[in-house]
Amino acid sequence: MKTIIIRTASNYMLPLLLVFSVFILLRGHYLPGGGFVGGLIASIAFVLHAFANGLGDTRKLLHFHPGFLMPTGLALAFLSGISPLVFTGEPFMTGLWYPEHLPIVGNLGSALFFDIGVYLVVQGVTLTIIFTISEST
Amino acid sequence: MLTAILSGFIFSVFLVFAGKFLKGKLAVLSALVPLALFVYFLSFLPQVAGGEVIRQEISWVPTLGLDLNFALDGLSLLFSLLITGIGFLVFAYTAEYLKEHDYLDRFYGYLGMFMGAMLGLVLSDNLLSMFIFWELTSISSFFLIGFNNTSEASRKSAVLALAITGSGGFLLLAGALLLGNVAGTFNISEMLALSPEIISSEYYIWIVILLFGAAFTKSAQFPFHFWLPGAMKAPTPVSTYLHSATMVKAGIYLLLRFTPVLGGEDIWNTTLISVGGITMFYAAVHTLFRTDLKGVLAYSTISVLGLLVFLIGLGTQYALTAAAVYIVVHALYKATLFLITGIIDHETGTRDVTRLSGLRKVMMPVAVAGFLAALSSAGMPPFVGFIGKDLVYESTLHMGSWSIFLTVLAIATNILVLYAGFVAGIKPFTGKLPNEHKKVHLPGMLMWLPPVILALLGIIIGIFPEIINDSIIAPVVNSVGLEGNEVHLKLWHGFNLVLGLSAITLAVGILLYVIFKPSAKKERGIARLDFIAPLTLITNFGHGFKVFSNWWTRIFQNGFLRNYVSTIILFLVVLVGYSLFSDQNEIPIDLSSFSRMTYYEMIIMGIMFLAILFVVGARSRLTAVVAMGVVGYAICLMFVIYSAPDLAMTQFSIDTLTVILFVLVLSSLPKYLSISDYRMKVVDGVLSISFGILITLISLEVLGEPVNKEISNFYADNAYVLAKGKNVVNVILVDFRGVDTLMEISVLTIAALGVFSLLKLRLRRDDRELKD
Repeated sequence: MKTIIIRTASNYMLPLLLVFSVFILLRGHYLPGGGFVGGLIASIAFVLHAFANGLGDTRKLLHFHPGFLMPTGLALAFLSGISPLVFTGEPFMTGLWYPEHLPIVGNLGSALFFDIGVYLVVQGVTLTIIFTISEST
Repeated sequence: MLTAILSGFIFSVFLVFAGKFLKGKLAVLSALVPLALFVYFLSFLPQVAGGEVIRQEISWVPTLGLDLNFALDGLSLLFSLLITGIGFLVFAYTAEYLKEHDYLDRFYGYLGMFMGAMLGLVLSDNLLSMFIFWELTSISSFFLIGFNNTSEASRKSAVLALAITGSGGFLLLAGALLLGNVAGTFNISEMLALSPEIISSEYYIWIVILLFGAAFTKSAQFPFHFWLPGAMKAPTPVSTYLHSATMVKAGIYLLLRFTPVLGGEDIWNTTLISVGGITMFYAAVHTLFRTDLKGVLAYSTISVLGLLVFLIGLGTQYALTAAAVYIVVHALYKATLFLITGIIDHETGTRDVTRLSGLRKVMMPVAVAGFLAALSSAGMPPFVGFIGKDLVYESTLHMGSWSIFLTVLAIATNILVLYAGFVAGIKPFTGKLPNEHKKVHLPGMLMWLPPVILALLGIIIGIFPEIINDSIIAPVVNSVGLEGNEVHLKLWHGFNLVLGLSAITLAVGILLYVIFKPSAKKERGIARLDFIAPLTLITNFGHGFKVFSNWWTRIFQNGFLRNYVSTIILFLVVLVGYSLFSDQNEIPIDLSSFSRMTYYEMIIMGIMFLAILFVVGARSRLTAVVAMGVVGYAICLMFVIYSAPDLAMTQFSIDTLTVILFVLVLSSLPKYLSISDYRMKVVDGVLSISFGILITLISLEVLGEPVNKEISNFYADNAYVLAKGKNVVNVILVDFRGVDTLMEISVLTIAALGVFSLLKLRLRRDDRELKD
């Protein structure tokens, strides 16, 4: 299915979709969105790219195995969970918040890092499964 | 005390790193560990003899009642000394026995682990931690029996032993939980005071049955005895240490430990007397038909274990004193016999008793040890075995109406045990030295000294029983709840009935040894009865169970996804449907509050319906997949209409991904076949429709019930206040129920790793096949 139209389109779609996925991730705390959907959209972006250009190209583009996103995301989510234990002595998963209001992101807090962790794990899981399955067939 | 227990484990972990250095000449240094522990426990002797119980309490998992409580009383001390003392000799012996062996470090590692576990078992005052150590001894025994892992027989015996002792451990856990619940505590010392309550409880009988199951499997009682002869496949130091002196006595320890808590009832005494009686006689008869030295010793060990259970069953002051003495007696002479068997095997290369004779000419010290041990096992004065046997007869004679039967049984057993001891300890050394063994020589001192030490201890303690009277035996009797200060061990009791019985035992036993010669023919003769032996029956049962589970697995795990899905749905429909309809006659459905269907909802429904028809009738896989995607998108639209944008977005992405994934792999899937015939389609259709109806009914019923909005209101009210977020769904995901999300992403990761490793493994195998 390597038609010139879809290949050209996917090259422009990839960065657009990725930016969109980050947008969805960041707005999650106030408006519909969040790490889970964001991660799925980002995976769609890569899968679409693989669909048009072949898996090898996407792998080259990624530079690393998507599986590494899983431990990275898990670690990030876990660290954001234990950060209150370390910094303020409050229980696991208590939200920590930066007092100032930031543009775009809104309030910066440990929950955002947790969500980024979810975002990475979802991407890692989806891409690992899809890449492995399409390689093995 | 914790350090003492842990030192065994630390020693084995240490060997993982430093094992290489211990394989050569330094191997003997490892014996320092048990020696140090032996001295450490010896230092408690005066305190314990004074009636003190030394305790150490460490809180581990207090919410489960699981604490590391250790208590050192007379009974624990006796076992600790056996474990470390014989352990020391066995460690030293092994250095020579397995000299230059490739896996000597591994062997020491298992031995160290076993020693730690066994010490933990006898020192634990908490029933749960005792169970953990109990299991650890079974596991280390498994590794040690299977040490020669290139031999199939050895691996088989290891698995068999683990299966039997492991299921016993399971019973122990069940019994421990039941006992802990009845008593309200898992601490054994606290249970002592609660004995009347426990005995009168309705669960008493179950507790006793479960604990008996554990003790009988571990201590090789009939009909679970057969794993022990199999365990003789292990190197001789293991047989000496685990399968004669210590581990197999764990069941005896358990029974003694719980005698003051659970004992004294009819069921306790009668069961123990009968099981112990049958075991001791049955196993003793078996020794007549063995030609393998270790086989003879294995059966005579089982016989003595039976005798111990029997004595605990009698439960009198005499009987329990006899049991305590017999533990010492047996440890001393049986360990000696095992060790010399190991020497004979090591030097001559055979354990066949019919081919061994006259070895005294080439290994005199070993022959002396063998003679002394055989005489002690025979109960000849002035050996400690004589004191033990006397006490046994003394206790059977005091059993009222049954005394004659029990005494005859004990005498018969003792005669046969004497025979076994003579076969193992005297037969190989007397007579003419055959030519094939002319060149045999004495092994290194590390090997022959341990049995000599043990054999000499047997005669020293026999002549001066005061050595162990107040220091060991009396505290043991105290800790099983009887009067320890009434214990007076004596070699000479004057001319009385017991002495007469002893004389009869000796005379008949020696006569039997002279007349009855072990031979391969007799061994084959008894082998004809194997078809009704417990070993065969249980092996067949195990085999049958395997066949059955294979059959069962093949039915349910048949490899067809469609069958899995329909099985799951069928069970869901039946179970949920049953619980939905069983407790009410009609389902409360209130349609009046529903709003009218709008036209766009109808359009979406129509699209969905059409798409489903497409799926069912599809003739190519692509059509089916795309049509399924349409169904998914239609559901997303519904979510949008009912203002659940988060759900809609997620569902939309998932559906897109699924379709893309399918298209990616489509070309490599097998041809789309019409696998279901007409009948199959009808069955599937009925199943799907009933599932749909069920879900609809449940949804409608849920709507009819009064809804508790407390939780959703809490989330809605506090999302911004507590978590500074306006999107309640996301706030729940990352904050209120963040731990759930953390678990979920972990599960996702595990699933992805599973897919990855399964498929990659298959790929590699394909690669390998290609190369071949």
